Amino acid sequence: MKIFIPTPLRVYVDKQDAVQVEAGTVGQALNALTTQHPDLKKHLYSDEGKLRAFVNVYLNDEDVRYLPEKEATTVTDADSLSIIPSIAGGC
Amino acid sequence: MPTLTEEQVALPQLDNAEIARYSRHLILPEVGLEGQQKLKAAKVLCVGSGGLGAPMLFYLAAAGVGTIGLVDFDVVDESNLQRQIIHSTADVGRPKIDSAADKIKALNPHVNIVKHETMLTSANALEIIKDYDIVADGTDNFPTRYLVNDACVLSGNKPNAYASIFRFEGQASVFATEDGPCYRCLYPEPPPPGLVPSCAEGGVLGILPGLLGVIQATEVIKLILGKGEPLIGRLVLVDSLNMKFRELKLRKNPDCPVCGTHPTVTKLIDYQQFCGIVPEQKPAPMQNGIPQITPVDLKRRLDAGEDVFVLDVREPHEYQIVNIGAPLIPLGDLPNRLGELDANREIVIHCKTGGRSQRAAEFLQKSGFKNVANLAGGITAWATDIDPKLPKY
Repeated sequence: MKIFIPTPLRVYVDKQDAVQVEAGTVGQALNALTTQHPDLKKHLYSDEGKLRAFVNVYLNDEDVRYLPEKEATTVTDADSLSIIPSIAGGC
Repeated sequence: MPTLTEEQVALPQLDNAEIARYSRHLILPEVGLEGQQKLKAAKVLCVGSGGLGAPMLFYLAAAGVGTIGLVDFDVVDESNLQRQIIHSTADVGRPKIDSAADKIKALNPHVNIVKHETMLTSANALEIIKDYDIVADGTDNFPTRYLVNDACVLSGNKPNAYASIFRFEGQASVFATEDGPCYRCLYPEPPPPGLVPSCAEGGVLGILPGLLGVIQATEVIKLILGKGEPLIGRLVLVDSLNMKFRELKLRKNPDCPVCGTHPTVTKLIDYQQFCGIVPEQKPAPMQNGIPQITPVDLKRRLDAGEDVFVLDVREPHEYQIVNIGAPLIPLGDLPNRLGELDANREIVIHCKTGGRSQRAAEFLQKSGFKNVANLAGGITAWATDIDPKLPKY
């Protein structure tokens, strides 16, 4: 499946705007992503291994936090994940 | 429908000049005479007249929004002109609020402009917002984003037409309506300071705030007219580089600390502190264990022939714009290029304004370098204090 990487985090994934991973669930997909790109890990997860509060992960157009099975939700190759960090610029 | 009758009675009349001016609206069934009167009756507060605020203000004024409030305390800088189209070259150095008000008046003298020449703070936000129907957040930092959101919720759910931008990307939504999510439902907490670069540090494509500010203006107009499908509970993502627009669903979080069912934020708080920003103390001799050196001190020591190694940690494209001859190792490459540095020499690190070089210095210190310092204010401060011939970007 495809994981869309937002601009602020592209520097940690060799400047790609999307990364392709093999995974059966949302959690596995994120795991595969941070295994391929270890620098990304500390920007997505706290030291306790929790997804950071200013980062949202969407499965297609749904927030993973609101899916009944959350990160255990099964995914297919046709699905995509989006990482949506908060940005504040407006100047 | 008694409310409709009341509204009709209360709506202001249009004179002949206004009817001529707004004719393209008046012949649109979705706007019509009543819609145009609603626009005239509307009071919209634009927080910030920068990149997002500039196009928004122009279009809201052109569309005939009757009262536009402006909050800004900044002055026009040369580097604003690449995107803040409401300000002109002749306005450099003028307060943005005056420059913007002049342009709005020139475009549409029917608009009543209310100037709030102040920084929006926890002390004044509720007082300022209370006179308006809708707020449009065109600010540029996390503390103010949370402040505007909380103030909108706590003012009895004033809709907040929101957008933010970063480099080539933008996000837009309408927050804080009665049944819709607020900004905190989407982002309960801000990122730690320094993790997400500002426009000044990260750059921004000049037309991007144009795209996003116009989305905000569109949402404001739709909310006033009560037409169409407002961007409530939806987040539009704009990728200008690939010209892709995507949409995500947003949900109202029942546990949201400000708009949830058991709120813990019931009055405005200290948003600088909430965003982890320590009040600036000048001059701070040390920050996080890293000595801060001023451009004047560095220059004096270099001139005295002291053995100081100056390192630039900006990106190559920034180096091309201006440099002071220091060797370049971009912050992101530092971990892989530590071998190029001499741990026995004193190293003074600089970037554009001092943020990235501070992180680089902290990293070097953790990696065993004992004698590292940060050039406070970066090459920008160097250009101000030492070499005014250098360009500032």
